[in-house]
Amino acid sequence: MFKIFEPNKIFQITSRAPRYVLLLFIIVISIGLSEALIFSPEDYKQSHAVRIMYVHVPSAWISLGIFSSITALSICGYIFRNKNFFLISKSLAPSGFILNIIALVTGAIWGKPTWGTWWVWDARITSMLILALFYAMYLITWRIYEDQNKVFKVTTFITVLGIINVPIIKFSVDWWNTLHQPASINILSKNAIHSSMLLPLIIMTAAFALFSLLIFLMKYNTELIKIKNKGLDRL
Amino acid sequence: MYGRKVKLRFLFIILILTSLILTVFLVLKSLEENVVYFQSPTEIKELSEIGSQKIRVGGMVKKNSISITAEELKFTISDFKNEIIVTYSGAVPNLFEEEKGVVAEGYLKDKNLFLATKILAKHDENYMPPEVKEALEEK
Repeated sequence: MFKIFEPNKIFQITSRAPRYVLLLFIIVISIGLSEALIFSPEDYKQSHAVRIMYVHVPSAWISLGIFSSITALSICGYIFRNKNFFLISKSLAPSGFILNIIALVTGAIWGKPTWGTWWVWDARITSMLILALFYAMYLITWRIYEDQNKVFKVTTFITVLGIINVPIIKFSVDWWNTLHQPASINILSKNAIHSSMLLPLIIMTAAFALFSLLIFLMKYNTELIKIKNKGLDRL
Repeated sequence: MYGRKVKLRFLFIILILTSLILTVFLVLKSLEENVVYFQSPTEIKELSEIGSQKIRVGGMVKKNSISITAEELKFTISDFKNEIIVTYSGAVPNLFEEEKGVVAEGYLKDKNLFLATKILAKHDENYMPPEVKEALEEK
């Protein structure tokens, strides 16, 4: 079914893509940062502390998105015995993990001036920490097993375990009393965030997505080069 | 179209996912009391006995309820149904204000008086520039 994934053909594209993605990333992040740090207004309540949001929220979103993608790819790879899906997952994971850590750290930095504490064990924050642990387990699994089939099985299992946590993170603020505030951005109802602050948030999300794409391409190219050097022509 | 093995692996994943979701659901359901970060004044009123352990109460700081003396800060937490009076001495976070969210950590003296050892501000999901806020208030 997935025979179209010839490493040579993929590599032709992915080996050239990073430089364009990097260029685009630099453009978007400079627009995003100047919007977020200079042009966007301060908040009526938090004044300038609100600017942490433009880093905190995109990194949390994208790390959740990446974990979901890794899970979907691992499950498909497991069911259809497709090695390429596992390599894509493996290459996606590091940027997801980094963004997860960034979300936790910026959250702590944001929490101190607003809530009055660095850390609380409320449902949202704890479940986000658990996601980081799942990312760490996933990444470590790739290093501790020599046998590839074993790696594929164990990583699939870890992602299936971890994916249950993702809706918990999303809905923790609605299901339980948490110190963390509920979501400001809703697809179905009106946003609780003013449009002048929504714009930099969207641009920063695009910039972080491009950053993840860039890291992904670099990691993925490494994987493809490894396969080429081993003399295998098919994934 | 797909082989037997593919179908079996698909079924296997579905079964694992369903059983895990059910397990997690049951665990969280039974741990609900510990998952919630704070209780509302109404839940405090409904407590059958007053324990001596540390708990957290959260809600809105009632309008015009903050009074500051030399030794202590006194205010009322409300969830628009019930209220509880909180006393505290120490520094409060910047976002601690009347008609804003708050979480107090400490001990229950009785069902109407809470001795806080820590005050955390809970901010809501609304973000807007000050001018927009002023415009909204004028309406």
